[in-house]
Amino acid sequence: MRGRNLPYLLIAPAVIFLAVLFFIPLVQTIALAFETRSGPGLGNFVRMADDLNFHDAVVNTFRFVGLAVPLQLAAALGMAMMLRHLGKGRDLVLWIWTIPLGLSDLAAGLIWLAILNDKGYLASLLFHLGIVSEPQSWLTYESPFALFVAVVIAEFWRATAIVIVILVAGLQLVPKEYAEAASVFGASPWRIFTRITLPLMKPSIQSALILRTVLAFEAFAVVIAIGGRNFPVLVSEAYNWQNFNQEPSVAAAYAVVVMGLSLAATALWLRLLRTPAEQRG
Amino acid sequence: MAGITIDGIRKSFGNTTALEAVDLEVADHEFVALLGPSGCGKTTLLRIIAGLETQTAGRVLIGGRDITGLPPRARGLAMVFQNYAVFPHLRVRDNIAFGLKMTGADTARIERQVKRTAGLLQLEKLLDRYPAQLSGGQRQRVAVARALAVEPAVLLMDEPLSNLDALLRLDMRAELKEVLREAGTTTIYVTHDQTEAMALADRIAVLHSGRIEQIGTPSDIYHTPATRFVGSFVGSPPMNFLANGTRILGIRPEDLDIVPNGDGMAFHVSVVEPLGAQTLLTGTANNQMIRVALAGEHHIPPGADLHIRPRPDRIRWMDAATGRALPAGTEPTP
Amino acid sequence: MSGKRALYLAGIAVVCAWVLVPLWFIAANALGGQAVISAWPKPFIPDAFSLVTLGEFLAIEGVFRAMLIGIEVAVLCTIFSVLLGLPAGYALARYTFRGANAFRLMVLLTRAFPVGILALPLTVGFIRLGLYDTPLGIALMHTALALPFAVLVSASLFQAIPRELEEAAWVFGCSPFQAAIRVVMPLALPGVSAVAIFAFVISWNEVFAASVLSARNRTLTAYLLAMLSESPLTYQFAGGLLLIVPSVLFIFLVRKHLFAMWGIASR
Repeated sequence: MRGRNLPYLLIAPAVIFLAVLFFIPLVQTIALAFETRSGPGLGNFVRMADDLNFHDAVVNTFRFVGLAVPLQLAAALGMAMMLRHLGKGRDLVLWIWTIPLGLSDLAAGLIWLAILNDKGYLASLLFHLGIVSEPQSWLTYESPFALFVAVVIAEFWRATAIVIVILVAGLQLVPKEYAEAASVFGASPWRIFTRITLPLMKPSIQSALILRTVLAFEAFAVVIAIGGRNFPVLVSEAYNWQNFNQEPSVAAAYAVVVMGLSLAATALWLRLLRTPAEQRG
Repeated sequence: MAGITIDGIRKSFGNTTALEAVDLEVADHEFVALLGPSGCGKTTLLRIIAGLETQTAGRVLIGGRDITGLPPRARGLAMVFQNYAVFPHLRVRDNIAFGLKMTGADTARIERQVKRTAGLLQLEKLLDRYPAQLSGGQRQRVAVARALAVEPAVLLMDEPLSNLDALLRLDMRAELKEVLREAGTTTIYVTHDQTEAMALADRIAVLHSGRIEQIGTPSDIYHTPATRFVGSFVGSPPMNFLANGTRILGIRPEDLDIVPNGDGMAFHVSVVEPLGAQTLLTGTANNQMIRVALAGEHHIPPGADLHIRPRPDRIRWMDAATGRALPAGTEPTP
Repeated sequence: MSGKRALYLAGIAVVCAWVLVPLWFIAANALGGQAVISAWPKPFIPDAFSLVTLGEFLAIEGVFRAMLIGIEVAVLCTIFSVLLGLPAGYALARYTFRGANAFRLMVLLTRAFPVGILALPLTVGFIRLGLYDTPLGIALMHTALALPFAVLVSASLFQAIPRELEEAAWVFGCSPFQAAIRVVMPLALPGVSAVAIFAFVISWNEVFAASVLSARNRTLTAYLLAMLSESPLTYQFAGGLLLIVPSVLFIFLVRKHLFAMWGIASR
């Protein structure tokens, strides 16, 4: 019967497309990573781990994700709550706050490079304030900590927007009556936030964290824009092995590590922030 | 000629049966209401007639033509939906004209029909508005006008008044009755509201768990319910049922009279509800709950002990086991 | 106005400034003319605005071409995402069928992966198929990124259009296809255009796959990344500004749909 097949007909193009351009490359990446001249093995991973930059890349990636993502969540929560009390102009403020959402991490990196380079706007501001007297070169290999802070700031500036959008969208689904009921029963604003609003927002917090963690593991253009090759992360190493060293199989090994981390993070958030079925309203 | 014949329509969803072999004959120009609680299958039956749902077995004929396999657009009918389904992106004018445009009617006819139906439903001044600029009642009118504009052989209505507030519903009900009488279209009207069915329909089909319990005029349905279900579903408050051996005595609350002490049966009043037009007493007689509706106002205190007697010609005897009314002549004397 | 309220509004203003001022700085850097480049300390408001730097940047060989390629790739990605995503979204919204949940899960699963990285093994196959270093090849990879989003959002768009409207169209003489064109599409159009714009921005911004899958025919984003180490800061900032402008514009266009889309797409 034609009617019964119609939905399959409608999803078929998307399914075939994702099979060819998602699942096949996924399998290929894994295959490539485990493929060595002497047959399947961990050779590529050994070469990856033996590389000078590997240790730094792992540490940097974890520090970067571990700091940027929680910062984004906390700031976005605060901003979402701030919006609740804004009447007129809410739409305008919301639009301004979500502008960085449309920017690539490369663009964000370049924007912060304009601010943080040796003759940039931050140094100029400090000069005007009389704190420094000449251009400041922060973003060099000699000051990895400053590099790290700059990269986190750029990513925080850019990607908090998407978290705000997800949280505000989630907040719209939470009826105001719950908070009102709690305040009638004498709860303070802080207790309403921690005991009522936050638990009810758990599903959107969860999806924001999944999305952001996966994308933060993937960020690399921001790192290259600000730090060049002085602040290696896992994906920038994959990029370098592919483009400069012409070693796709080591790049694939990096990719497998990044995928593993992404999946693990997703599983972690799914487990930590699950809403039991009986609590879903 | 556009009578409707529903011939052995059955519908099951997986393991659950929504309709079991329903037969119904609707005459040309007749208004039939399908009445029943939610989940009884009335909407499913209507959607099968419209072609929006496919039956498991059975046939539907309109004007003698078997339309069973036809898509909705080829069935020559119109429908008014529960949520109106007025197209939000079209002006009132284009909403009313939609069906005619789809059938390729000429401009002159479209214009004439839009004007006529808009006049009928008092929409002349709203023709250039969008649905979002209309009230619920006005949207309802647009939905009816859109259906009547195509001059359908058959009009199907799915709870068309259920989304209106109580007062508006009363107005629209009267208006609808007038408009539909003028149009003279064969109509099947689905509702869970027994007053609506009684007020509008020539005949009512009461549905219960996928089965037609009774088909009859509003008066038949009200005064001589064929089953215990019909008696309890139609009428507000519902019919009283008093167990009496293997039989059940059914009596409407307004068919119970207060009689002097010593006559009839003892009735202990627990709740008194003065409703203006009538006074509603709830209490017990023979340890069974009874409601009595007295016309007008009565000053009876709760806790009063009265005596009541059913009007003999209004008693409906039913079989306790099957819940079916006993055929005339087999009733015992009370 | 109470002091508390003033403090609150000040807070809002500070956050707005936090977002806007960096954008201003890169614009000032790119449009401030020659003087700004080597100025120390940098003026927060340039003395004069000029398009000289931007013009010089665009005159560099390949930049303008990269911009055109970037647009071409993004437009292709948009077309693919909408053409493949809308029917699938419609099926998810309107039909219950075996495998619907599996399909939804498959679409969601792509989110747990850094999809851009999957471009790595594609180079070999793409070279063989003649897709390597072509806008079409990059657009295909970008569609894998944008498609899941297009499917989920369009499913929610169609779900928001009452089924009764479609049924009314059928009853009043439309075939299913006519009903889709005359009733469903006009109602879904604003949302569909938002989906399209998002697909465009996703592609325009993507840099890893675009870099890996191209050598000479780079998108603007990939081109900028490749020349970062060898070009002067001014050109980097001019390029950054070029990247930013379309994105900001697009976000402005879809601002009304942003929340409805993400509320649903992230459930």
